[in-house]
Amino acid sequence: MDILRLATAGSVDDGKSTLIGRLLYDTHAAQQDQIEAVGRASRRMGGEDLNLALLTDGLKAEREQGITIDVAYRYFATARRKFIIADTPGHVQYTRNMVTGASTAELAVVLVDARHGMTEQSRRHALICSLLGVPHLVLAVNKMDLVDYDQAAFQRIDEEFTRFSARLRIPDLSVIPISALQGDNVVRRTTRMPWYEGSSLLHHLEQVHVAADQNLIDLRFPVQYVIRPYRDEYHDYRGYAGKIAAGVLRVGDEVIALPSGMTSTVTAIDTPAGEAAEAFAGMSVTVRLADDIDLSRGDVLTRLNNQPRTTQDVDAMLCWMSREELRPGMRVLVKHTTRTVPAVVKQVRYRMDVNTLHRTEADALGFNEIGRVRLRTTQPIMCDDYQRSRATGGFILIEPATKLTLAGGMIRLD
Amino acid sequence: MTNPTLRLSHLLALEAEAVHIMREVVAETENPALLFSGGKDSVVLLHLAKLAFWPARVPFPVVHIDTGHNFPEVLTFRDEYVATVGVRLIVGSVPEAIAAGTVREAPGVESRNSAQTPVLLETVQKHRFDALFGGARRDEEKARAKERVFSVRDEFGQWDPKNQRPELWDLYNGQLQPGGHLRVFPLSNWTETDVWQYIADRDIALPPLYYAHERTVFERDGMLFADNEFLTRRAGEQTRTEKVRFRTVGDMTCTGAVRSTASSNADVLAEIAASRLTERGATRADDRANETAMEDRKREGYF
Repeated sequence: MDILRLATAGSVDDGKSTLIGRLLYDTHAAQQDQIEAVGRASRRMGGEDLNLALLTDGLKAEREQGITIDVAYRYFATARRKFIIADTPGHVQYTRNMVTGASTAELAVVLVDARHGMTEQSRRHALICSLLGVPHLVLAVNKMDLVDYDQAAFQRIDEEFTRFSARLRIPDLSVIPISALQGDNVVRRTTRMPWYEGSSLLHHLEQVHVAADQNLIDLRFPVQYVIRPYRDEYHDYRGYAGKIAAGVLRVGDEVIALPSGMTSTVTAIDTPAGEAAEAFAGMSVTVRLADDIDLSRGDVLTRLNNQPRTTQDVDAMLCWMSREELRPGMRVLVKHTTRTVPAVVKQVRYRMDVNTLHRTEADALGFNEIGRVRLRTTQPIMCDDYQRSRATGGFILIEPATKLTLAGGMIRLD
Repeated sequence: MTNPTLRLSHLLALEAEAVHIMREVVAETENPALLFSGGKDSVVLLHLAKLAFWPARVPFPVVHIDTGHNFPEVLTFRDEYVATVGVRLIVGSVPEAIAAGTVREAPGVESRNSAQTPVLLETVQKHRFDALFGGARRDEEKARAKERVFSVRDEFGQWDPKNQRPELWDLYNGQLQPGGHLRVFPLSNWTETDVWQYIADRDIALPPLYYAHERTVFERDGMLFADNEFLTRRAGEQTRTEKVRFRTVGDMTCTGAVRSTASSNADVLAEIAASRLTERGATRADDRANETAMEDRKREGYF
């Protein structure tokens, strides 16, 4: 059994909460006491039916205002997979929350209402998924019950979205007609749409092939922490602990440390389960080397003939998440892999209209806006193009005084 | 270890994530500690800490906020386990704080749940901890479902759910303003089932009350409570002996037992799979105060 991390995007009006509620309910992830609590709350708010949205809206303010403010994480499992849902609110003022949810997602479900078709919102959601490098996208055309399960209505949306998404980087797109309310094609295939020959949403989530999405080619091992036991029985032990960001590392491999440029050979890989001959992207390991070389937190172990870019000039798409505007000249901290370095914002190249994909000239980025910027770091970072390697192409910006997280960035290399 | 697909199983992925989080905290903070109650989640947490820094020792102490209402077998387990791992145990004592007058008990309230928060914050200040690992999971409770892995607390220990830092990829922001501290939850993405699968898989020892045993209990508010010196039985509450186990372990005053015959990890997993109640819903009186009991307590600095 593996884990599939997915993000859902859409608003309450699109039936997103109902969809998640149904997935949780039908896979027994929502329990009787939670359902009863939702029932009590639904009645108190004057509703007759079980308001499944209350299953996902956890904070007091969300329940009072009937909106989703923040990313909520939900869990369910089938015999085949464990699923982690990052449930994100749909409206434009919560773009940063959707970016957050999409940053770790391997698949995104974007909901549209079959009656209304594509909206600005669904275009924005698809764009964010593409920018954040989510490899699989599912367009769930919901409320098919309200258009009499009409094939033509579905096809119009399918074609429109497919045409639109051709301008984006979406490696794998599936379009599924569903009714979250009635349960059609959510967990089980429905008989009400015989014209649809694909699988149910859950079946798709269980089967979608994600193993090939990881970067297993470019070895990148950012050193997180150096382990020195200072114990008699491990007197000479010196291990470099970290999570492999990309690629595969084997005992006997020749490696180069950046930025020092010193080389050595891997003599052992310690994992939580003991010593291993190889380790791959996503594993937290401790690496031992044949030589004592200059290597500490923030440095990278990689291959001599396949190295990341070492640079102080960072060109990136940025999602700005702070109320205070981003302007050239601003001083920030860049946290990239395990390295945190001061930087200056050099230039805002353009702002992207998240609804139309148009670029507009800009000299600042406001709250929830996405744009292309140039940064100059005080120390080099060792990075890759985000679309090639998410773990070594993504970074966050931190405000040096308030310590707040200001932005998420996706590096572009030419 | 050969893995032809080069994709981690769910337990290995969760383990790798937790180890990464713990190392990140130790690298980025000055003085972390781990909240250890002897409950299953904190036992798994300490187990992961051992793995994360092996062969070095766990590079931080563990902290227990002792209400004085703990199950004695849990305290015994706590002391033995901490000694085995070789970490320092710091106890923040609610009875001592009550005796010293820094904390007052609400009259007529048996639970010391609310008294834990000020003692925890006092302990944080006294030892100048800037990060506390906790075993809380997002699947436990709806307010916890919205909390970050690195959760920032201000100088009063308060959590502000509407003002949380965005948390992208696995790039955790561990930077703090003076006086604040972090609560860090490496098990955020684990479910109750994951925890038990991991315990079974790694053969991790737990306090005996997690498995079915005979106990003198009485029924209150639809829950079975262990007959103990801290709970005064009300009219009509009759004790009887039942075969029970505990799904969560908190104070004797607020933790209910469930009827059970599960004597092994495999039995427990089968029981959870068949259960139609969440672990906190089935056994925790402290969450029942109202709809947002957990959010309210977390805002004030609770675990």
